[in-house]
Amino acid sequence: MLSQFRPAIVAYIVFTIITGLLYPLAVTGVAQVIFPQQANGSLIMKDGKPVGSTLIGQPFDDPKYFWGRLSATSPFPYNAASSSGSNLGPTNPALIDEVKARIDALHAADPQNTQPIPVDLVTSSGSGLDPDISVAAALYQLPRVARVRGLSEAQVRALVDKYTEGRWLGVIGEPRVNVLELNLALDVVK
Amino acid sequence: MTPNGLIQIGLYFVALIAVTKPLGWYMARVYEGEPTFLDPVLRPVERLLYRLFGVRPEQEMSWKTYVAAVLVFSAVGLLILYAIERLQGLLPLNPQGFPAVPTDLAFNTATSFTTNTNWQNYAGETTMSYLTQMMGLTVKNFVSAAVGMAVLIAFIRGFARHNAQTIGNFWIDLTRGTLYILLPISFVIALVLVSQGVVQTLSDYVTVPVVQPITYTQPKLDANGNPINDANGNPITETVALQNQVIAVGPAASQIAIKHLGTNGGGFFNTNSTHPFESPTPLTDFLEILAETSIAAGLTYTFGKMVKDTRQGWAILSAMLIVLAIAMLSLYAAESAGNPRLAALGVDQTSSDINPGGNMEGKEVRFGIPRTAIFATATTATSSGAVDAMHDSFTPLGGLVPLVMMQFSEVILGGVGSGLYGMLTFAIIAVFVAGLMVGRTPEYLGKKIESYEMKMAGLIILIMPFVVLIFTAVAVSTDVGKAGIFNPGAHGFSEILYAFTSMTNNNGSAFAGLNGNTPFYNIAGALAMLFGRFFLKIPTLAIAGSLAAKKTVPVSAGTLPTHTPLFIGWLIAVVVIVGALIFFPADALGPIVEHFQMITP
Repeated sequence: MLSQFRPAIVAYIVFTIITGLLYPLAVTGVAQVIFPQQANGSLIMKDGKPVGSTLIGQPFDDPKYFWGRLSATSPFPYNAASSSGSNLGPTNPALIDEVKARIDALHAADPQNTQPIPVDLVTSSGSGLDPDISVAAALYQLPRVARVRGLSEAQVRALVDKYTEGRWLGVIGEPRVNVLELNLALDVVK
Repeated sequence: MTPNGLIQIGLYFVALIAVTKPLGWYMARVYEGEPTFLDPVLRPVERLLYRLFGVRPEQEMSWKTYVAAVLVFSAVGLLILYAIERLQGLLPLNPQGFPAVPTDLAFNTATSFTTNTNWQNYAGETTMSYLTQMMGLTVKNFVSAAVGMAVLIAFIRGFARHNAQTIGNFWIDLTRGTLYILLPISFVIALVLVSQGVVQTLSDYVTVPVVQPITYTQPKLDANGNPINDANGNPITETVALQNQVIAVGPAASQIAIKHLGTNGGGFFNTNSTHPFESPTPLTDFLEILAETSIAAGLTYTFGKMVKDTRQGWAILSAMLIVLAIAMLSLYAAESAGNPRLAALGVDQTSSDINPGGNMEGKEVRFGIPRTAIFATATTATSSGAVDAMHDSFTPLGGLVPLVMMQFSEVILGGVGSGLYGMLTFAIIAVFVAGLMVGRTPEYLGKKIESYEMKMAGLIILIMPFVVLIFTAVAVSTDVGKAGIFNPGAHGFSEILYAFTSMTNNNGSAFAGLNGNTPFYNIAGALAMLFGRFFLKIPTLAIAGSLAAKKTVPVSAGTLPTHTPLFIGWLIAVVVIVGALIFFPADALGPIVEHFQMITP
């Protein structure tokens, strides 16, 4: 056993240098050259300053914006420095309370809308940072956003379609609407 | 369930089977020391490393020496990682200025990454410096996977050789596995991940203004950071306006690539592959889960090639994939059905082309139900434990599937290396039981299976449930154990059972509501992980040593063929009956009870 100590210690140090230093630095170097936008967080720039990331959601509860998923991060929603899911189990009364509260908030913001609410709009995402909602969740909110902003539903629908991404190769994943990009575009329009 | 969902599941299997043979063929060449296309670059590096290590490549080891090398290397790594975590406050590459990781958490994490478990009691973006992530955790991702693969290769040599006293040289297997297999593939995967939006930078976290400033309430703190209470002892809250969002970034892609390829599963961020910077698109989800299962599948072909009968490898892989497919469809069905308590509130849980539907609590829209079902089943079938959704929020039967996958002792694909040596141990038991039934001396791949091998195989099968159930029993009967529970009722029991099942089987996924970052769970969990990893490796290598020393018996009319559909079915039956059924009573108290509670209004 003693004869294994020298190779063990030396090997661990050598692999630390190779896999813990050279490898990540090599990936960083190549990534910064060929994919700088993605490698640095897919930031949305305005006047040379970052105003958000296309991959990280932000909290919205104003009726003029599309709302995203519920976020369970602490101490405030969409805390991108501390990702977290709700971890609420399916039979936990706290889950039911949260869903009810969200349904009530959606109804309060748009009392005329009596459509069934798409499930992703009343549940928390796994990361607490989900940038997307389903197309159904966007369409559910569309009349409200159009009315509050004084836009036609067709105008808003065009923007929703613009920020909708389909399945990869038409098969993999789910179609989805990027909430932050959509809301930024809405602010530009009106 | 939708046709699209079933197609996505089908495509996963097509892709996995497609990579099995080329990858397995390549790995066999690497471990048998044959030339590969990377030789011009890596051969000189390899020779230099052996000189530095002070090992002679031609000198092989007995099984006992091999065990000693594995244990010493793992112990050294554990201590170094612990030291890095404790000293990170003094070390460079710490832009957020994180202090030392607390002792019990540092011990748990060092153990977790040494044992290829990668249980996360820490949250990456609020605990670990970039240096710790790179030189501590990423390194462990590589070498713990390479150790698992090395032990498997030594085990296979036990079958492939005859009248031999040695089963290979650990330092060579470790080095070649890392340099020729894990590093180049990780490098390619990392760059594909970055192209999709996984971050890879050494810069500070990014601060951006939020589009719609919001207010939130939080407990008021005094100058020392302690909550202030009013006269009645209730915490005083204050309303704070949120103007900015701080976005955690870091050298993530390089770690995430090997996290999946090496079935490690420890995330760069707290929420693992649900985090958009860890898996930004459906493509990354597809790639991560394929990477996670490809080496385990490929090794079945490597095994077939090394024992000079590739049908044996395909038979083992068939048994694994049949169980995996059944489990995946079960999870998909359970999560698609959604939560009846939400249906009662008028929530639309119907899956369609514009609505993911089903139980979306804890899931990401870009993945929806089918990708989550593929990911959750495969991540627990292998010992990865990465997650692309919160398992704690699954429906009861949906959560039962990952639990059962781990209770199969991680032999359905399993961890890189460890899964296959576990499955081959079950194959030994299967031929033994079959031999008993027909009254013939059992043999597997030309080696007689005798009492010594059976004793060791028995140990391997029994240690895991023993450790899981004892620790679960201790946790549910003590206050420190119960204090960690987050969800009430039967689900709380499931959280604890899941935790010890996951840690002992070196999986690392969690019902993450459980607060595992307490001294009790940090230390009990670390012990469970160590037992689960190293107590199993010793009898495994003992079997290898014993088999290598035996002569090969020629195939006769009395030999049970082990590549037929009959044997595949028999092997599955043994894995289910001998392996997972031990846990049925415990599972009944958790997810099964909760299921009936949920469907009863």
